[in-house]
Amino acid sequence: MALIDLSKKEIHCKIVYYGPGRCGKTTNLLTVHSSMAEKARGKMLTIETKGDRTLFFDLLPLNLGKIRGFNIRIQLYTVPGQVMYASTRKLVLKGADGLVFVADPLQVRRERNVESLEDLRTSLLEYGLKLEEMPLVIQYNKRDLVDTPIPTLTVAELEADLNSVYKVKTFEASAVTGMGVFETLREISKQTVRYVTNKHLLHETK
Amino acid sequence: MQDFILTAEILDKARNAIEGALIQAGVRNALLIDGAGNILSNCGHDTDDLDAISLAALAAASLGATSQIAKLIGEEDFSLLFHKGKNGNIHFGRIGEELILITIFGEDVSLGLVRCRVADLSATLLQIFEG
Ligand SMILES: Nc1nc2c(ncn2[C@@H]2O[C@H](COP(=O)(O)OP(=O)(O)O)[C@@H](O)[C@H]2O)c(=O)[nH]1
Ligand SMILES: [Mg+2]
Repeated sequence: MALIDLSKKEIHCKIVYYGPGRCGKTTNLLTVHSSMAEKARGKMLTIETKGDRTLFFDLLPLNLGKIRGFNIRIQLYTVPGQVMYASTRKLVLKGADGLVFVADPLQVRRERNVESLEDLRTSLLEYGLKLEEMPLVIQYNKRDLVDTPIPTLTVAELEADLNSVYKVKTFEASAVTGMGVFETLREISKQTVRYVTNKHLLHETK
Repeated sequence: MQDFILTAEILDKARNAIEGALIQAGVRNALLIDGAGNILSNCGHDTDDLDAISLAALAAASLGATSQIAKLIGEEDFSLLFHKGKNGNIHFGRIGEELILITIFGEDVSLGLVRCRVADLSATLLQIFEG
């Protein structure tokens, strides 16, 4: 849920990166964090178990400058993708204003992507939200693996599996190299801010 | 969950209520947040030293988790949420369905007083934010 502070002319939105375990959600945030100017980003918070797996969530607060006369402050969250963390995933989704679904192109993860997207849809419904009505972009991550011997899905296959119903904007990306990471962020931020401002009929003021 | 729209008037009223009830009673910091981890009000001493954004996100998630734990053992929710440290203590109080008031205080303030003041503030804050 957004927070709109009319006294400071600030809009705070929550964007959640969702997707199966190991698809690259945390890496997206790390890449954004390392390439943003220091004054535009807050402290990155990660809660990890002993390995490198996200236990609860990661959080990266960003200051995206002014849109429609409002200062835009965005909090990027990731969810833990592993199947067993269903309840924490749902907690992190609470109050989300925009969503990035990060898909894993590994052949062996094909089912996981589909399950995760369905899990997102049903969790949102429990909060009374419809995925098709929310700002959503899909990121086809790990495209750098296409030229390696590792069996990966084609964009057409991913599109058929994940985007035949929602028909949202998609981005090919590589969270490790940075390709597509900012394009994804820029698009979801734009959609989310538009969604929030339209909902509250906020218009630019001088 | 609804979005919150804050005006200078709402924020001033909330700040005055929180400062009057808690900060003047010796509480170090009081942070009013919503269930998504947004900060509505940040009052108290040395607020710049506190990583309020991380604290709010963690507190919102942790209270959500605590409610689920309560349900797993057949409770509605836990009424007292409090952590005691060597030099500081932290208390979490639910304000209505959507808001959480986080209070940080030292040994000079008793938990009883904090609980009492948070309970009193609850109605005032609900009135301010939900009218
Ligand atoms: N080759 C490649 N590996 C990636 C990419 N993005 C993430 N990874 C790797 O995938 C693993 C899981 O990434 P992580 O961000 O922790 O996934 P999360 O579970 O979704 O948070 C790590 O070893 C990353 O280095 C990518 O674009 N390309
Ligand atoms: Mg992760």
